[in-house]
Amino acid sequence: MRSFLALAALGVLGAVLVVAVTGLEPFGHYPGPYGDVLAKVVPDERHTGQLVAATVFDYRAFDTLGEEMILFAAVCGCAALLRVLRSEHEEGEGAPARPVPSFAARAMGAALVGPVMVLGAYVVVHGHLTPGGGFSGGVVVAGALLLAYAGGQGLRLRRVGSITLLEGTEALGAAGFLALALAGLIAAGTLLKNFLALGTSGMLLSAGTIPVGNVAVGLEVAGAVALVFAEFLEQALLEDPE
Amino acid sequence: MSLLAYLVAVWLFVVGIYGVVTSRHLVHLVMCLSVAQASTYVLLLGIGYRKGGQAPIFGDIPTSTPVVDPVVQALALTDVVVGATVSALLLALAVQAHKRFGSVDPDELNALRG
Amino acid sequence: MALASLAVVVPLVTAALLAGTTSLHARRVADVVALTAAAATAGLCLALVTRSSDHAIVAWLGGWRPRGGVALGIDLYAEPLSAGLAGFAALLTVAGLLVAWHQVDTAGHLFHALVLTFLAGMVGFCLSGDLFTAFVFFELMSVSAYALAGFRVEERAPVEGSLSFAVTNSIGSLMLLVGIALIYGRTGALNLAQIGAALGGHSPDALVAVAFALVTCGFFVKAAIVPFHFWMADAYAVAPTSICLLFAGAMSELGLYGVARVYWTAFAGPLGPHAEALRDVLLVLGLATALLGGVMCAAQRHLKRLAAFATVAHMGILLCGIALLSDAGLAGVAVFVVGDGLVKASLFVSVGALEHRRGSVDEAALYGRGRELKALGTVFAIAGLALAALPPFGPFLGRAMIEDAATKEGLGWIAPILVVASALVGGGVLRVVRTVFLGRGAVPPRHPACREAVAEETDLARGRTPSPTIATGTTLLVLGLAWGLVPGLIDAATHAAARFTDHAGYAASVLRGTAASAPAPAGEAPTAAAWLYGLASGVLAVAFALLRTMPEGPLRALHSGRIGDYVAWTAVGAAAIASVFALTLA
Repeated sequence: MRSFLALAALGVLGAVLVVAVTGLEPFGHYPGPYGDVLAKVVPDERHTGQLVAATVFDYRAFDTLGEEMILFAAVCGCAALLRVLRSEHEEGEGAPARPVPSFAARAMGAALVGPVMVLGAYVVVHGHLTPGGGFSGGVVVAGALLLAYAGGQGLRLRRVGSITLLEGTEALGAAGFLALALAGLIAAGTLLKNFLALGTSGMLLSAGTIPVGNVAVGLEVAGAVALVFAEFLEQALLEDPE
Repeated sequence: MSLLAYLVAVWLFVVGIYGVVTSRHLVHLVMCLSVAQASTYVLLLGIGYRKGGQAPIFGDIPTSTPVVDPVVQALALTDVVVGATVSALLLALAVQAHKRFGSVDPDELNALRG
Repeated sequence: MALASLAVVVPLVTAALLAGTTSLHARRVADVVALTAAAATAGLCLALVTRSSDHAIVAWLGGWRPRGGVALGIDLYAEPLSAGLAGFAALLTVAGLLVAWHQVDTAGHLFHALVLTFLAGMVGFCLSGDLFTAFVFFELMSVSAYALAGFRVEERAPVEGSLSFAVTNSIGSLMLLVGIALIYGRTGALNLAQIGAALGGHSPDALVAVAFALVTCGFFVKAAIVPFHFWMADAYAVAPTSICLLFAGAMSELGLYGVARVYWTAFAGPLGPHAEALRDVLLVLGLATALLGGVMCAAQRHLKRLAAFATVAHMGILLCGIALLSDAGLAGVAVFVVGDGLVKASLFVSVGALEHRRGSVDEAALYGRGRELKALGTVFAIAGLALAALPPFGPFLGRAMIEDAATKEGLGWIAPILVVASALVGGGVLRVVRTVFLGRGAVPPRHPACREAVAEETDLARGRTPSPTIATGTTLLVLGLAWGLVPGLIDAATHAAARFTDHAGYAASVLRGTAASAPAPAGEAPTAAAWLYGLASGVLAVAFALLRTMPEGPLRALHSGRIGDYVAWTAVGAAAIASVFALTLA
């Protein structure tokens, strides 16, 4: 029986893992040098107090580059896996429209789209000053687009937004981050070098390339999340049950 | 208890994988995988925690305040993105599986044997 | 300095450009652009190999050099083995894109974009000097692979194959990440050299042993080591031919590369005194994988699954080479990876060509129908003999070096087992030659696994194999055969392997920027015993080819196609390896 085998194996694995974690430092006593060294050097070197943003977009920016491209590849993969095949396209055109949402839903949707979009942009742009940054802000911006759909606009169009536009935004974000990396290579000889003026800590235009990286990531994440949603929606509307 | 955070991580990991093994619905399987992934977030963030430490943002606080480790937060951020993208791909496959096989039960996907 | 960064960035930029313009559907332009990018990446990696032949190239990204032994940033580390593996992956990508030239459906430019991100993931993984960066690029490679394996969504089997692949490998990545988290918790470092330095002084405890076990298991899932291998046959059976050759030639080998890299940079210090125990565990796994792969290969009627199990068997042989934990073994592994990878890639191209010409991958359905395809049959026969490690070709040289290295360590008894495994693989391929191309001998029984053979669509009529396919297939085979004859290869490989295993030198060059004085041992040509083993496996392969069936016992039933079973076995494997490591290495 498969579940018996799994239970036994996972029981053993769990026990071994418990023994292993007893070797860690007790919870609350972070020992290692990496975080402490960063806490000491970042405020002076990068003119920013946001250590996480500095780590993500400067010290360990290569990881972020890889992660951006993972997001990009996954969205390409979703688009490829969910692509509307020629045979399905002909069948799908006659799908009936969904019921229109209530006035309250439409009103709230319309009212909130603007503020949410602004909030998202604010979070993205201030990533080097406050918690947030490109990833969280990008998701909020994508949420604004989804809100537009849920609020009723998208239903009439049967789409979240033009897929070409979303693809373009996402690719622009990915290319933007890569361009930033290459600009560091061209301007300063090393990939991902923070080559812009560092400015004064706490101002909007400070910390060199970190806010630029945030914007690129925000664009990409927003485009990616909205694009994935649009792809799924296209598939869902094809196989409309009676 | 000084090990509780880590034990929670181990439990999530084990339970998530058990859920994947015994799942009868592809969407449930993807969610179980997410639970197992959550164990890595808990483990990472638990490792970086420092008692009495502030969030690693020196906006208002002096730069000599003890802060928690920012590196694990960066790692967890990457981890979340990776997990979300894999879930998206798996759900796309689940949609196509429903269309091709007429079922989302992993045990009823029977095109490949031996 | 810039070379290493560009080798990763060039395919990524091209992928972004291609995907952004996918609505334009400019197919031929995309083909050419993707090919150029892959070729450029190959060129960059090969340039790295030559530039790093004296001392390794360490590129600190963002300009962050380590301070006081603490690495602040991420480094890319290039030396002949890692850059060579990356270059090999790039060359196979060029081959894959050529084979895909006539593939009908590429979803605009998305296929090309995914292949390029796959390549970037492989290159980044090979060159990474940081454990978490290696994980990130490993994930990039995996995510692209999941999408590429399931690319032909209009059929049922690719969806199922891709699901098994994705779920099993995601769990492998999870294990890898838990291992990385544990290591970070102990050392506070993510840079491989720094981890090695931090762990080096102390004897390992349960945490270190279990962390190593988890990292190894995560890589073993990708490398299809028993019992993590179940996904491989399913994924290979359904992926497009161009992708299969990439998977077989490069992706799985990268799993084993990860184990070797992490061991020799981070764990060789603390685990050194326990090397014997580690060697025994890895050898058991390697031999089990080689034998199981061989038996299942010979028992298959579905041609692509046959080739997939051939890959599993050869992963077992590679793991045996790494398990020896010696320079000579690693040199043999390096030679075998390239020689065997080229021949396997050509085998997949041939299977794809056969599928295109005759519309099936079921050996029983194809019985005798290949009689007119004389050239294709010859290619199959040569590939089969080469895979059986017949001297003096590429795979033979690699396996001979591994066998000699084993004999040096007093483990010469593994050589006959490797002979049997290679012979089973070669025998499977040669049996296909006998039944399909010669139409002679006993008819293999029909098997239900083949009822869903997925036929590829190409835009050419059935009567002709596309010329890029012919050219690619024959070139790969010729290169694989010639690889065994390259002068100076043994010395170069042994030299590179010695540098790879020199973990003190690695730490010095990364953390302190000093060029390590590279030891220069001389390589040894294969011994007479190795030649005998090679000939024996060739002869045995022909013998196996004459058998009607291969008894596989309950093995086939285990490969049920169900995701839950596969994950259960993955858990069993992880539990077993983790507990054994915790008991013997701590």
